[in-house]
Formats: sequence, structure tokens, C-alpha cells
Amino acid sequence: MTSIAESVSPESNVAGAGENVVSLADVRFAWNAGSAIVIDIHRLDISRGERVFVRGPSGSGKSTLLSLLGGMVTPQNGMVRVLGQNLAALGGVGRDRFRADHIGFIFQMFNLIPYLSVVENVVLPCGFSQRREKRAAKEAGSVEAEALRLLTHLDMAAPDILERRVTDLSVGQQQRVAAARALIGAPELVIADEPTSALDADRRLAFIKLLFQECEREQATLAFVSHDAGLAPLFDRAIELTAMKRTNSADKPEPESR
Amino acid sequence: MIYSLAVKSLRNRKFSAALTVLSISLSVMLLLGVERIRSESRESFTATISGTDLVVGARSSPVHLLLYSVFRIGNPTNNVRWDSYRAIADRPEVAWTIPLSLGDSHRGYRVVGTDHNYFEHFRFARSRALDFAQGREFEEEHDTVLGSEVARKLGYRIGDDIVIAHGAGQVSFMLHEELPFRVAGILAPTGTPVDRTVHVPLEGLDAVHAEVSSEGIHDPLMAALRGAPETETEHPGEEHEDVHGHEHYGASEGDEGGHTISAFLIGLKSRAAALGMQRFVNQYAGEPMTAILPGATLQEVWEIVGAAEKTLFAVSALVVVVGLAGMLVALLTSLSERRREMAILRSVGARPMHVFSLILGEAAFLTGLGVAIGVAGLYAGLLIGQSWIEARLGLFITIGWPSAYELQLMCVVAVAGVLIGLIPAWRIYRYSLADGMTVRI
Repeated sequence: MTSIAESVSPESNVAGAGENVVSLADVRFAWNAGSAIVIDIHRLDISRGERVFVRGPSGSGKSTLLSLLGGMVTPQNGMVRVLGQNLAALGGVGRDRFRADHIGFIFQMFNLIPYLSVVENVVLPCGFSQRREKRAAKEAGSVEAEALRLLTHLDMAAPDILERRVTDLSVGQQQRVAAARALIGAPELVIADEPTSALDADRRLAFIKLLFQECEREQATLAFVSHDAGLAPLFDRAIELTAMKRTNSADKPEPESR
Repeated sequence: MIYSLAVKSLRNRKFSAALTVLSISLSVMLLLGVERIRSESRESFTATISGTDLVVGARSSPVHLLLYSVFRIGNPTNNVRWDSYRAIADRPEVAWTIPLSLGDSHRGYRVVGTDHNYFEHFRFARSRALDFAQGREFEEEHDTVLGSEVARKLGYRIGDDIVIAHGAGQVSFMLHEELPFRVAGILAPTGTPVDRTVHVPLEGLDAVHAEVSSEGIHDPLMAALRGAPETETEHPGEEHEDVHGHEHYGASEGDEGGHTISAFLIGLKSRAAALGMQRFVNQYAGEPMTAILPGATLQEVWEIVGAAEKTLFAVSALVVVVGLAGMLVALLTSLSERRREMAILRSVGARPMHVFSLILGEAAFLTGLGVAIGVAGLYAGLLIGQSWIEARLGLFITIGWPSAYELQLMCVVAVAGVLIGLIPAWRIYRYSLADGMTVRI
């Protein structure tokens, strides 16, 4: 078990190599008091730079787990630490700020704000996080230049693509723009919520490879949620949520598969 | 950031946003337009007469007396004898009097028989005296002084001859053609019924009617319709019974032999004497008369008109409510499609309060823009329609800065818009808390 200090400020809590970026301990969560427990995890650690695949059928609590990791909700029991920070200790505004500074998200679909351009969509997180804004500007001179750099890596910087309305992009292109947005300002944790479910098999594989490359380049940890078990072998580690619940009830160590 | 997002979001929904702004601006325009016309009407109404302490006529209701003597609306049902008028005019408390003799018309405009006191003492709109745009007051028996609208609409100039007709209608069967009046003066615009009046000397009016009485009816058709010759007065036609307010008027002020006028205005040496003088007139033994304090009766008339005015205001206020409700509907219907947008914003670090402000700011912006365009539209409408309103309604709308009350109305609409914006803002706030980043629509 990795020990991490309780109160680490968001600015100084970047976990070092080999340290856990995510750490859940005895976490139980239900949406309402008295309703069924959706998340019941005894132990889950994700170390820095790790690419983890979280699998489970619909209703197994995948999205709820992401909400816990993003600090949108806090568990009734147990503790969720991201970069050593106990999210419950931050309060609502603190968690929002923490999320803006340290976590990048990619959704399944409708990832982009329809009335913003490609570049505006990518730089969006920098509008809510000075930390990411500074890091993006430091990397390429300005946030827009950093957005273009990321889009170039994702093969999305052609002028005809940049000038297009985001709603006119293909789903695959939209997902790559979303990936650039999740990575801008070098967040330590990237959370992807079924980002490939709308892509065909070839594009799915290509997108995952691109995402891996960029996460590696930015040294980001990736938590990738999907119900598509076929993707699991591509990742460093795969976690089965339903299995975790069952085993957790017997208070056993977390099940893992490689 | 939120401001920029709100602007871009609105630009993205520019058609529905424009419709919302349009409905708010039209409703604000209507509300302020009604208010502007109401206040201008009231201003114009109360400005009709000023500096007159009492209006006296034959016994009738105060409102009726005010309407026919000052507003030239309706007709006197009875007259005041010349000797009664003199008895009151000669009293020591009285500073001046203006006799008024009604009953004739010229191409739809009322003719008023009066004397030089009218031009000397009549006041309107906070003690403004009558000015001459051209010419002078009448000096000869058959001189006439025209109100500005009469001259403008009918194209009269100094020296033109006009013929007055008996009765107050647009069409009269009897014209006093034998003795035309010559235009001696044209008054400057006043924004009061004076503009729509043809003024002639009492003596001239008397001469015309004396001529008619001596010659009898000139219109054979009317003679045939009546079936019998006129006896004392020769004023036929349907209007005759209603407007026969002057038929026995005597030519000279010293004449006390059964001559009459329709009404007269009194200016007192001391305003404090008004109530005593009113009582004196009302109890005058010589004949039944009514004296009114014009200010009090104006108020009474305005209260009658006020009911319609309040209804109009209520209707336009309801239009504003409908306009704002339209905005509420537009914002609420956009919420479901925007939940995903809000979830994305939350995922990149926007706080629920940001999301709340985004919607509230949008409502405030739409309302503010609607009010601004409504006000601009109102002023543009007034600029374009000013002369039309003046021509058709006789109401001169001044184009000035919004009044304090109009500013209050604008603020009420703006605040109401923001308050209404709280509803969708609160809903999206709740959604953003409940949805987190997992909404799937």
C-alpha cells in the first residue's frame, strides 16, 4: 500500500514517478441515501504514467467512478485521492479548481462545444485554469500555439479542418479535437469515458494509439472507461468493476488483469 | 471567459435570440409608447386652459360645460343671457372675461364668436399667451382669426375670405354666404383646441345671423323638408336643435334685449375669490347658471378617460409579460440540448456558479438588448410618426429624454427579465450538479 500525505496543496501535489496518481480506499457511493450502492471499492491505485482500462457493463458504475475521480461527487465512505489530494477535503469550489488544473476529460460523443471553433474548443480548459494556461503558453509560446501543436500531433491542423465548424467534423476528428483539449496544459490525469464507442474498429485502434502517444509525450496517466472488453489488451492494466464489487464485499484485494 | 462563451453561444442561436429580443423590444416599445402618449395626452389635456379661474355657462353638468366651452366637444344645451353675463363681468372681483358664442362651423372646424379679450387674456400650457404666426387680431366686424391647424389644413392665408356655416358638422345645409369673413390673423400652434378653431368677433357673428333672420332660408330643399317657413330664427337642419347656441346674440355690449352667448371665461383679481364667485354664479337669481373651476373639472374628465388609459396600460404591460414569457420558453427549451454543453464546461473546470451565470447573463443580455432596441424603436417611431400623430390626433408628442417614470418602467422590465432568467439558470445549475459529467442526451 502506497502512503500519500493527506493534505497536499494542488500546486505541489504532483506525484513523482512510480507514485500513485489515483488512490481509492474503502470507497462506497450511492446516489441517494438508502438507494443501491453503485461503487464499492476496497482498494484501487493507479500509478503515474499508467494506462488503465476500466471495464464493466452498463450500470456497473463506470461513469460514477469517473465522477468520483473528477471530484464531481464525493463518496459517503472512504477516500478518493488524486495526486495525493483527498478530494473530499477540498470543498466544491476547490474540487472544481483541482479538476480544471489537473484532469483532462474525453467523452463518448458530443465532446465539443458546437459554437466554438476547433482551436477555441481545444483551449477551453485554459480559460478555467491559470495553471494549465501557463503550462500551455510555456510549452509553445501561447495557448493557441500549443493547441495547434497538439492538433498537429493528432493530424488535425490542416487549414481546411481548422476552418470547419466543429459540427461538420467526422466523429473521429471530433474525438481527436477532444483529445487535444484533454491534453492541453499537460494535466496529470486524463479520463476518457468511452471515447471510441462511436468509431469503427480501424479508427478506434488508430485513436487509441494516438491517445497513448500523446499521453506518453505529456506524461499523463490515462483512465479509460469502456464496455468493449476487446480493447483491454492494449492497456497496461484492466479493471473489471463488477468483479471488484463482488470481491470487495468479501474484503479481498482488488482484482486485476493484465 | 463566461462572457465570451455567452456571446458566442447567443451568436450560435442568433435566430431564436433575435426573435426573443424582437418580442421584448416590441413589447417595451408598446409599453413606453402607450405611456408616452398617455403622459403627452394628459399634458396636452391639462395645458388646454390656464389662468382661467372660472368657466360659466347655462345650468348643465360641469363636465359638459368644460367640454363644449374649452374643448369644443359637444354643444351647449342652453345659453346665458347677455345681461347676466354683464352683471357678472362687471363685478369688482372680476379682472377680465372672455365671452364665447358657439354653434357655427367652417368646413368641420368650430367657429367661436368672441372679443379682443380672448387674445389678450386667454392662456394655455402654464400661462402661455396666444401668439400670432401671421397678421393681427380682428378689428373689423368681418375679420376672422384662424387657429394654426385650420389655416394649415385648409391652406388659408391672410386676406382670404371664408364662409361660415350653421351647425358644427362637416356638411351644412346652410351657409352664411352673404357675409364672408376675411382672414386677418393666423395664430401660432398651441397644441390645444384653439388650433382647430375659427375665431370671429361677436358682432360679426351677430351680423351674419341678423342677415339670415331678415332674409329667411335660402335653401329650397331645406324649406321643403321643413314644410313650413321659419318664424323667428331661420336655422334649419338636424344640427339646428343641437347647436343653436347663438341665435339671439345681440350685437352691442350695451344691448340687453334678449341676446345670448354660450359661455364665458372669468379671470379674477384674486384667485382666493374663486369659490365665492362660483357660489355667486351658481345662486344667481337672474337665470340658472353653472360656474366651474376648470382645474377640478379637468381632473374629473381625466378620471373618466383614465379608466380607458389604465386598461390600455394594463394591456401593454401584459404584452411585456408575454414577451418575457417568450424568453423564458426559449431559454427553457434550449436547456435540454445545452445540458451536454454544460457538462463539458464542468469537465474543464467551470463551477456550477459559472453555468448559472452563463444562463442568467444570457437572460439579462437579451432583456437589456430588447429594452434598448425597444427604446430606440420608440424614438424612431416617434420621429417618423410625430407629424402624423399631430395631424390625426391633434397630439404633439415632444421627443425628449425618457421621463423618470419611463426609466422606472425600463428598469422594471430589465429586472423582471433577470428574475425570469433565474428560473432556467437555477434549473441548469441543478442539472449541472446532478449530471456532473455523465449526462447522455
